[in-house]
Amino acid sequence: MEALLHRKIFRKNPVLGYMHMSLAFGWFLLIVVGHLETMIAEHSLFVPFHKAVFFRYYEGFDEFFLSGLFSFLMDFLLLFVLSGLMFAIVKRFRKKLFGLRRTTHLKSGDKIALTSLWLIFPLRLLAESTSAAVYHNGGFLTSGVGAAIDFIGNPAIFYYPLWMAYSLSLGFFFVALPNSRYMHIPTEVVFIFLRVAGIRLKKQNDSYTDVQVFSCSRCGICLDKCQLSVAGIDDSQSVYLLKNIRNKNLSDEKLFNCLMCGRCQVDCPVGIETIELRTVQRIESTREYNSSYDYLIQEVATKADVVYFAGCMTHLTPRVISSMKKIFATAEEDVWFMDEVKAPCCGRPLMLAGQYEAARKLIENNSRMILDSGAHTLVVSCPICYKVFKEDYKLPDVEVVFHAQYIYDLIHSGKLSVDTSNQRMVYHDPCELGRGMGMYETPRKLLGRIGEVVHMKDEKEYAFCCGGSLGNLKISEDKRKLLRDQALVTYEGFSPDILVTACPKCKKTFAAGRKLKVFDLAEIVAGAICVDSLSKEKEILEKQEADCYAVEGL
Amino acid sequence: MIDKKHIAIIGGGIAGQEAASVLTGLGYKVTILEKNERMGGMLNKWSKLFPDFSSSQLVLDAVKVATDKNLNVICNADIFSVQKENGRFKLSDNSSLDVYADAVIMSTGYNLFDATLKEEYGYGVFENVITSADFEKVHKSGEKLTTADGKAPRRVAFIHCVGSRDAKTGNTYCSKVCCITGVKQAIEVTQMWPECEVFNFYMDLRLYGSKYDALYLEAQKHHKIQFIRGRLSEVSERQGKELQLKAEDTLQGRPLRMKTDIVVLLIGMEACKQNEDLCRDNALELDENRFFKSKNIYNHRNSSTQSGVFLAGSCICPMSVNESLESARSAAMLVDKSLKVQER
Ligand code: SF4
Ligand code: SF4
Ligand code: SF4
Ligand code: SF4
Repeated sequence: MEALLHRKIFRKNPVLGYMHMSLAFGWFLLIVVGHLETMIAEHSLFVPFHKAVFFRYYEGFDEFFLSGLFSFLMDFLLLFVLSGLMFAIVKRFRKKLFGLRRTTHLKSGDKIALTSLWLIFPLRLLAESTSAAVYHNGGFLTSGVGAAIDFIGNPAIFYYPLWMAYSLSLGFFFVALPNSRYMHIPTEVVFIFLRVAGIRLKKQNDSYTDVQVFSCSRCGICLDKCQLSVAGIDDSQSVYLLKNIRNKNLSDEKLFNCLMCGRCQVDCPVGIETIELRTVQRIESTREYNSSYDYLIQEVATKADVVYFAGCMTHLTPRVISSMKKIFATAEEDVWFMDEVKAPCCGRPLMLAGQYEAARKLIENNSRMILDSGAHTLVVSCPICYKVFKEDYKLPDVEVVFHAQYIYDLIHSGKLSVDTSNQRMVYHDPCELGRGMGMYETPRKLLGRIGEVVHMKDEKEYAFCCGGSLGNLKISEDKRKLLRDQALVTYEGFSPDILVTACPKCKKTFAAGRKLKVFDLAEIVAGAICVDSLSKEKEILEKQEADCYAVEGL
Repeated sequence: MIDKKHIAIIGGGIAGQEAASVLTGLGYKVTILEKNERMGGMLNKWSKLFPDFSSSQLVLDAVKVATDKNLNVICNADIFSVQKENGRFKLSDNSSLDVYADAVIMSTGYNLFDATLKEEYGYGVFENVITSADFEKVHKSGEKLTTADGKAPRRVAFIHCVGSRDAKTGNTYCSKVCCITGVKQAIEVTQMWPECEVFNFYMDLRLYGSKYDALYLEAQKHHKIQFIRGRLSEVSERQGKELQLKAEDTLQGRPLRMKTDIVVLLIGMEACKQNEDLCRDNALELDENRFFKSKNIYNHRNSSTQSGVFLAGSCICPMSVNESLESARSAAMLVDKSLKVQER
């Protein structure tokens, strides 16, 4: 049912939703009702398929049980489908009317299929109408049109050619189908079934990836969500990725020219896992380089309750690190800052680049260190790391917590107290944290304790990508700027005092735009820590400092 | 008729003042509009000049325009609009100031790159990370450079190209003068602390001016300053506020870690933010680096894209003191020429 109705398209764009529903669901009902009608007319449960489809051709003058009602129903359904078709034709030529800025480019297989699809129903109408004129067996619509044909000339002349044309267009459509985007009609049903059954993509190509690839109807909804077009990139979006995979002509240029931001995945009516599919392609298309991380193996873990992994991006934003240190010290947590001196990568950038084996080596080594520390909690301040630690690490008995949640819990349990202010903040959802990990509310709740978080249209699943994404290996710096400014200009429109995010990469990208002051939420919390908890922190820091002087003998 | 013509100069740094003295010398009426309280612009912040360590005060004193009945200086005038009205230009600031002129010279100069934007270098986070401008301030005060807790540095690292030649910061151009500034300041550090080791991290050294190379040789030979080719990736703080640098030594082709007491960031030049406002009500344009666009960079370097408005100094592109002064003199000559053509 979902395949025919596509409630998601409705929510997004009702006109488009109606178009899809009338075509798919209408056609489906035409077939079902037509079949029923034939069964009743023939008094048989088994009727040949062609008889139902071409029923009006075979029907002739016979009257049968409920034939009037069926004629009415069939005509009504045909009208329903035709109305959808009308929208589809208008959409192809006037996409703006549909609130779509772009529609897909077609290839020749698609064109044949599209033309025959467009022709099927008008031809069916005309053919059935001539039948109606000859045999007087039509419903309200076909009789009317039949009468009009009768008026123009002798319906018997048009009779055979029209039925012929109708069957031909139907035939063409099914011949062109496997080579066109309409392959999604049979595939999607399988896909939706598999998805409901709980099957998810693995890190390699298998038949499930094929099912997904063939399920794309090339509706182009993903094109409209993709920010790359702001930078004039119009050939690497998900719909084209899927098409290129299908046609086996995917180039690296296109495969790696994607932010992996997931905006397209949110709105895909079929629910295709665009990001995972692309990751799989990247892994399969990349030759592994011989990476050795032997130098990391010699590292020894320190015992602690909590391990903090800043990650390479947070190392580029030392303000976030010093804020985290302040928070840990104030809350008197027993923390081992795992990558303070030697900084191994969490492995995800390699994964995004398709270097899956190299990533595995890092993951193994980091896991060993974390488990050796005996910690019960791993805190990370980079959403890119968070995703990989949550999804690809096996860390039994260690809870992986994003810093927003961790800090929120500290405040909630009274270990940390913060002052409130009347700062107006815009919160930018990092792609990896929001769409990537589904964390939208925690950062907002945390910031809400300190200031006011402004609500916006383009937030949560619909949030922009900052443009700095590590996932895109092809885009130029100039084009990244265009994406960044699209987000920044929107945020500026809310005239906030500051822009807050939860990802070091977003922070750096936005800061370079020089339009708004940008902070990580850890900085906001560190800056709002109450004075009395601060004096406590100072004491501890001084003690630590004294200790380290003693050790170093300075 | 010359004495009836009035020229407005936006920006009272060395370029604006130099242009003013040439024009008053020719008999024109001139008004300098300076947005700060005092004249002299960015050079006020500098202590000694490359390549010969003469005091910047010498230049400031030399360009100071003699009080002249034809010269009017208005400070605290933050001009934000230049409009053409009946063949003349109307300049307005945020208050009620309106100045009318027959020709305008833009000498708005430059801004220093905000080093906090390059967060991985730790400016504003770690106390022992400073900028080249901070260094000049220390030098000018006559004090010696010390760590934040007042100790003599054992090692100082200078970082070239901070906020220049770096697409991530939005500035892909070279600021031209920071290489030689780095050489100069490195020598000054060894003059303060002969025992201190000094390292300069560069991508390539752009020592384009006359006598600059000689200074570079001197730095290596007599002052034992070590030049390492490689871009700094990040700075972090160790115990006792010591700094750790991570970089790539591209000559040796290996990653490098180094501990140091102080890091000096050689920050680049950026176009003034106000340039955008100044373009709004006329045909002035900015180039891809947000500096004023010349009508033609060869023969009309000092002509803007708006006839009657001329460009002087580092509002065209990053310039040294010498170049700014030369640029100002040619702008002044061009104004004279164009007003005389108008006369005929
Ligand atoms: S990926 Fe989804 S949204 Fe994009 S064209 Fe295919 S079906 Fe439509
Ligand atoms: S993941 Fe983002 S960048 Fe990539 S195709 Fe989808 S919307 Fe476009
Ligand atoms: S995910 Fe990243 S940002 Fe986080 S540590 Fe790994 S590479 Fe760095
Ligand atoms: S002058 Fe030297 S330090 Fe300055 S931007 Fe150019 S190359 Fe970099």
